[in-house]
Amino acid sequence: MAFGWLPGAVGDIAHGAATTILLIAVTTLAGTLLSILGAAGRRSGPALLRRAIALYVEVMRNTPFLVQLFFIFFGLPSLGIRLDPILAAMLAMTLNMAAYTIEIVGAGLDAVPQGQTEAALALGLRPRQVFIKIVLPQALKIIYPALTSQIVIMMLESAVVSQIAVRELTYEADMLQARTFRSFETYFVVTLVYLLMSMALRRLLVSGGRRALGAGVS
Amino acid sequence: MIEFTLWDIVRNLLLAARWTVLLSLAAFIGGALVGMAVLFFRIAKNKWSRRIASGYIALFQGTPLLMQLFLMFFGLPMLGLRIEPWTAAVLGLTFFASAYLAEIWRSGVDALPLGQWDAGASLGLHYLQELRLIILPQAFAITRAPTVGFLVQLIKSTALTSIIGFEELVRTSNAINNATFEPFKVYGLVALIFFVLCFPLTQYARRLEQRTPAR
Repeated sequence: MAFGWLPGAVGDIAHGAATTILLIAVTTLAGTLLSILGAAGRRSGPALLRRAIALYVEVMRNTPFLVQLFFIFFGLPSLGIRLDPILAAMLAMTLNMAAYTIEIVGAGLDAVPQGQTEAALALGLRPRQVFIKIVLPQALKIIYPALTSQIVIMMLESAVVSQIAVRELTYEADMLQARTFRSFETYFVVTLVYLLMSMALRRLLVSGGRRALGAGVS
Repeated sequence: MIEFTLWDIVRNLLLAARWTVLLSLAAFIGGALVGMAVLFFRIAKNKWSRRIASGYIALFQGTPLLMQLFLMFFGLPMLGLRIEPWTAAVLGLTFFASAYLAEIWRSGVDALPLGQWDAGASLGLHYLQELRLIILPQAFAITRAPTVGFLVQLIKSTALTSIIGFEELVRTSNAINNATFEPFKVYGLVALIFFVLCFPLTQYARRLEQRTPAR
């Protein structure tokens, strides 16, 4: 074991970690938004849309993320859709996460008592207001812990996008070990960085959730 | 240039899928055995034993599987073991699975009423007998759905072993893609094969979940 290379590598590791954080930040926002639309569409959309969303969820949940990523990055150009590696990574991560969070958000929507909707309608709110102001905030509060876990899982899964040359943390680790010939030490250090990042992300999400959604969020 | 028919592609992918299936089974069986050991530590009466097991689980659940595979692949040779992609893949996925399975089964043990332990003790059973005859059978029964669900996750995770050079479905598809230049078709077929492997298990897990009586 030798760590003499480490001081010179701190910059690269930090840069990679920043890209990983960017990826997961974009995925969290876009994925959550998409899953709210998906879960709402699956409950109150037209029959065809409902079936399409159900199919989408099954396909994404039963195939590996790596294959989805390759399909988007290598496969879509033959349909004329050519994406930058980082855009392809963001798209693949968002689509993958949404498939899981559609189910999670849907469970939350189902858990809000029907009386809430009825009461809001009786007060004269329009259906869209009822959904955005009454049902959704309560649903998000219920499913927040599950959503948090899914975001952390997605951050760990993002290591795979190094395979399409997105310069995130794992990609930087690959480059470092090729330069230093210290493979084990390099991956050991980067694994620790991932561990710290996942712990910090979880803590951040819990405290941020408390602030945004009120007490009672664990 | 050699022409590849659709059947050539499908046949080669199916041959490679055998390794994906074999690796999933080996890792699931290995993971169940090691996971049992982790579970024993996790629910032991000794505080330090519980802490160490919690740390082990947190470590595997808090780092990317790809990093775990790299550490296995590059770390074991440093201990003087000659290692091939196959051994690194099986060992890496085994430890990964053991952490998740131990945590799933632990949740089953925790879900049982404490009276079950008391009843076992009052029947004169000692600790291991209590576990074997009373606690574990019930814990396994109520966690059957998440266990099958994890098997699906494990099958999908085998795709990552292509990155450390194990010749399974995804690595073979990369090679085929490089020869045919038909990524849309090749990766579409790979996704289809994974779907055919995973979907019945997902449905089975869903049925188990509905059948489990609510407590």
